[in-house]
Amino acid sequence: MISVLNWIALLAAMVTSIGLLLHQNWRWGVGLLAVQYLSIFWLVQTHWPVSMAAAKLVTGWMACVILGMANMNAETSGDTEASWPQGRLFRIFTAGIIVAATFALSLRASNWLGLGMPLTWTSLLLIGMGLLQLGITSRSFRVILGLLTILAGFEILYAAVESSVLVAALLSIVNLGLALTGAYFMNVTQDENS
Amino acid sequence: MSAPVLWIFLPFLLAGFLFLPRNQKVVALVACVFTLILTLAAWLVPIDTALNFGNWSFKLSSSFEILGRRLILTSADRSLLALIYGSSIFWFASSLANKTPRRIIPLGLAITSLLVAALSVEPFLYAALLIEMAVLLSVPLLSTPGKKPGKGLIRFLIFQTLAMPFILFSGWLLAGVDANPGDLGLVQQVTILIGLGFSFLLAVFPFYSWIPMLAEEASPFAVGFILWMFSTVTIFFGLSFLDRYTWLRDSPSLGIILISAGILMIVTGGLLAAFQRNLGRTMGYAVIIENGFSLLAISLGVKSDLSIFYMLFIPRVLSLLLWAFALTILKENYSTLNLDNLKGLAHTWPFVASGLVLANLALVGMPLLAGFPSHLAIWEGVASRSLPALIWILVGSLGLFINALRTIFNFVTVNEESPWGSRETILQHFFLIIGIVTIFLIGLFPQWTLLLWSNLPAIFTHFVQ
Repeated sequence: MISVLNWIALLAAMVTSIGLLLHQNWRWGVGLLAVQYLSIFWLVQTHWPVSMAAAKLVTGWMACVILGMANMNAETSGDTEASWPQGRLFRIFTAGIIVAATFALSLRASNWLGLGMPLTWTSLLLIGMGLLQLGITSRSFRVILGLLTILAGFEILYAAVESSVLVAALLSIVNLGLALTGAYFMNVTQDENS
Repeated sequence: MSAPVLWIFLPFLLAGFLFLPRNQKVVALVACVFTLILTLAAWLVPIDTALNFGNWSFKLSSSFEILGRRLILTSADRSLLALIYGSSIFWFASSLANKTPRRIIPLGLAITSLLVAALSVEPFLYAALLIEMAVLLSVPLLSTPGKKPGKGLIRFLIFQTLAMPFILFSGWLLAGVDANPGDLGLVQQVTILIGLGFSFLLAVFPFYSWIPMLAEEASPFAVGFILWMFSTVTIFFGLSFLDRYTWLRDSPSLGIILISAGILMIVTGGLLAAFQRNLGRTMGYAVIIENGFSLLAISLGVKSDLSIFYMLFIPRVLSLLLWAFALTILKENYSTLNLDNLKGLAHTWPFVASGLVLANLALVGMPLLAGFPSHLAIWEGVASRSLPALIWILVGSLGLFINALRTIFNFVTVNEESPWGSRETILQHFFLIIGIVTIFLIGLFPQWTLLLWSNLPAIFTHFVQ
């Protein structure tokens, strides 16, 4: 049963990370990120106590709230992606390549690391999708989503090898810091003194 | 009281309080006095040794436990603490003489304390997380209020954040290498991960594109501080890797990798600087070149001693501070830092122009200036190993030198007879003159700096001292 749930978590991570790549609306972005953290929580709790894994979930959701509130307060500039290519078809195609590549990689990596296939694939998939996100965007909000996705992928893998409370706390601070940085980027155009 | 509380937690707490006063002079004064106390304490107060004053006894313990891990600052770290906090005093004090944002001091102090924590945390790999927190704190420092974050800032955030997973994960693999040092495949994987982590962190070629971008778009003073602080701490963090892992230190490919990366940074940085017309970007390229020289100095001394690397410390901070200070004054008075926009600057801002050019020339390694002794030692060391490598290094330095010549030419060129004058304020005069004189003094008497860095080798237990 647990194994099935791990695969469901992988599926959720896949859908949300591809969704993050396709949807340009910030509401979708924040919502998908929140669901993504749910799947991360599930995979992390296979190696960590539920209480520590829950801290990761709460931190992730707090990051989502920060980004959501910042987007609500930020002036809607309506700027579009300056870089080429912007098409949805291209994004689906590249996401497909990442899914296939990470699947191939995770077959070897799961043996090497001694971890389950869903866990390894989810981790590599999120790292790959995050890197793809960073590669095709220059908008600060999307960059932060990409960085959070990469960190989420890394944290799944790292949770399997390191269970230090200090590391968990520092990684949570880094996640929150990234979300706050994103919020700062979105509101920095307003006067510093206001 | 423990040393980590004094040199990490107290400055971090004070940084929080320094956001409250509105008066920049008060903020700068408090920060300078406090960092001076920390510098003197690092210089004078022994760690883990009881000090007796009559009936009263005081002992500064070296360790502080937090969530099952420890922050450790021993007596061996005192000289580095003194240098880091001592240098910070000059950055904070000189911020009074230009219109840098008020937040530079509290954020600078918080970043300094986090980076000191990064150097003291055990297991030392957790430093990557603390460095990342310092990176996040740097973002408000490097962004311009009222403007969207530039590409340089975004890339800085991305590259520095990407470094963290590589270093943390390599730390886990290093435990495997310790258990099974004969596994060459694992050793190779660890080396690649560490290499990638430090390439991102230290902005090694080709991951340095953010430096000139950031130097162009952000406040030169903030950029100078961040580039100096991060590269210094990152290099010491990297050296602690080499110090702990004998197999890494004794690896035959380490020297080749360090020399190749160093030469690539110097050559590419120098060539790009030669054609650069923006003074901010030029400072960025100079930092890239200096980081390249650091890698060369480490490669020369990794199996003997690192004296040449320690020698780079003082001239670099001095030159970078003077350069950033002069650029900040120019940025306050001119719309861009493009050379074409700054013709005849030597007639109206003679001290700023002199400081800027001398800082540039000091980092080139011009005789009589602060950077010359350390650069000469590196040139000699490289020449004894590979003459083509030396030629490439000189090509890189020549690029920065050409830029300095072009800057001088533009600064002294005037289209019409304009009167000489000096628009700098008294405080700006003071800091610029002190900077210029010190650059000459250290160039003429390099042995004076020996007092400041002679105890630095004690930080590392396995390097030859």
